[in-house]
Amino acid sequence: MNAFDYRSPRSLDEALAVLGEYGEDARVVAGGTALVTMMRQRLVQPSCLVSLRAVQGLDRIETDNGGLRLGALATHREAETSPLVRERIPVLAETFRRVATVRIRHMATVGGALAHADPNQDPPVTLLALGARVEIRGAQGSRELPLAEFFRDYYETALEPGELVTAIKVAPPPPATGAAFLKFLPRTADDYATVAAAAIVTLDPDGIRCREARIALGSVGVTPLRARSAEALLAGEGLSESVLRDAGEAAKTAVDPLSDHRGSAAYKLEMTAVMVGRALTQAWEAARRAAGTR
Amino acid sequence: MIRLTVNGTAHELEVPSYRTLLDCLRYDLGLTGSKEGCGVGVCGACTVLLDGKMISSCIALAAFADSREVTTVEGLAQDERLHPVQQAFVDAGGFQCGICTPGQVVSAKALLDANPNPSDAEIREWMVGNLCRCTGYYKIIESIRVAAERSRA
Repeated sequence: MNAFDYRSPRSLDEALAVLGEYGEDARVVAGGTALVTMMRQRLVQPSCLVSLRAVQGLDRIETDNGGLRLGALATHREAETSPLVRERIPVLAETFRRVATVRIRHMATVGGALAHADPNQDPPVTLLALGARVEIRGAQGSRELPLAEFFRDYYETALEPGELVTAIKVAPPPPATGAAFLKFLPRTADDYATVAAAAIVTLDPDGIRCREARIALGSVGVTPLRARSAEALLAGEGLSESVLRDAGEAAKTAVDPLSDHRGSAAYKLEMTAVMVGRALTQAWEAARRAAGTR
Repeated sequence: MIRLTVNGTAHELEVPSYRTLLDCLRYDLGLTGSKEGCGVGVCGACTVLLDGKMISSCIALAAFADSREVTTVEGLAQDERLHPVQQAFVDAGGFQCGICTPGQVVSAKALLDANPNPSDAEIREWMVGNLCRCTGYYKIIESIRVAAERSRA
């Protein structure tokens, strides 16, 4: 690694001041699992690292208007094991549990993973399906953005120079809703997914037909993405083989996977349909349990 | 300047910004038990505890440990007596060539600190990030099982 200035501010205001001072040459660091690794590989060479590790209060996981607010410095392990997350939005706790290894989950932070914006990550997939919002702070104040508008490209976000992620907010799922996150891992348990899929199904008052479905996918494009054309096919439908097959086929039109050591583009395309079908089935069954119709 | 406590001993060190915690432990403090395997946080040979939580020291900056407590494999044995996890690895044959062993032992200690009575599934999930290129996994799992049983006895 090249030498750089290391700053460890004690407050958010101080952190923003240092970011302003260094401009685009500064990078924010939290857990370091992504950034330090990329620096060791000389893929990034910032002139200043602004550590958020000594800023108090950024790691809280708390309720927020009936939903949850996860502070940017909460670790993946804290999100995975938080009784609040497990009780209110269990699919989110389960998603964090699927990331890498316990050791990495002790380091990697909720906000750092978003700012890193690697489309192979797991939590953004589920957070996208949940309609989460990112809380951003800059010298001009705070703003919020739907996660769908936050990811712009491979490793690129809507963060402006001098801004940082302070939290992610997730609204409570409506009644009669079920959710699932599935990660297809043909190699090792701690790998990135070949294809990852999250599905959230909310049922009509009859507890059988779908009122709304949300499907998000990871590792099959330059950002995590929603399969909106597949979602549109599901409203008003009951769970059937043909509905699942049509939704899977529609999801394939939303993705643009690359060939790599986790599978060829053609294989990932086919597996997208398979994983969407499986995630929808699980989410639908969970929704029926929530609605009491199963 | 960073101040950190390693295995109960306080240190004040002047380190370059790019010093990893692993290099700081090995080269500044002479604690060569923690190894560098992959250098990207995957293999677990560099596992240490930071305030009791296991981390990859190869992708942590030394500065991350400022004002914190680090435990390495050298800190496990007390008064010339092996830590129960170390003794179990010896008795159950939990290592072959040995290079992954410090990381395995530190991870296993962290597991039993957090969960003194783990199921086999919990042992496997916890240890998934500690690779053994000799593929001696069954005896590593057995060693952890033995250490847990002895601590209950």
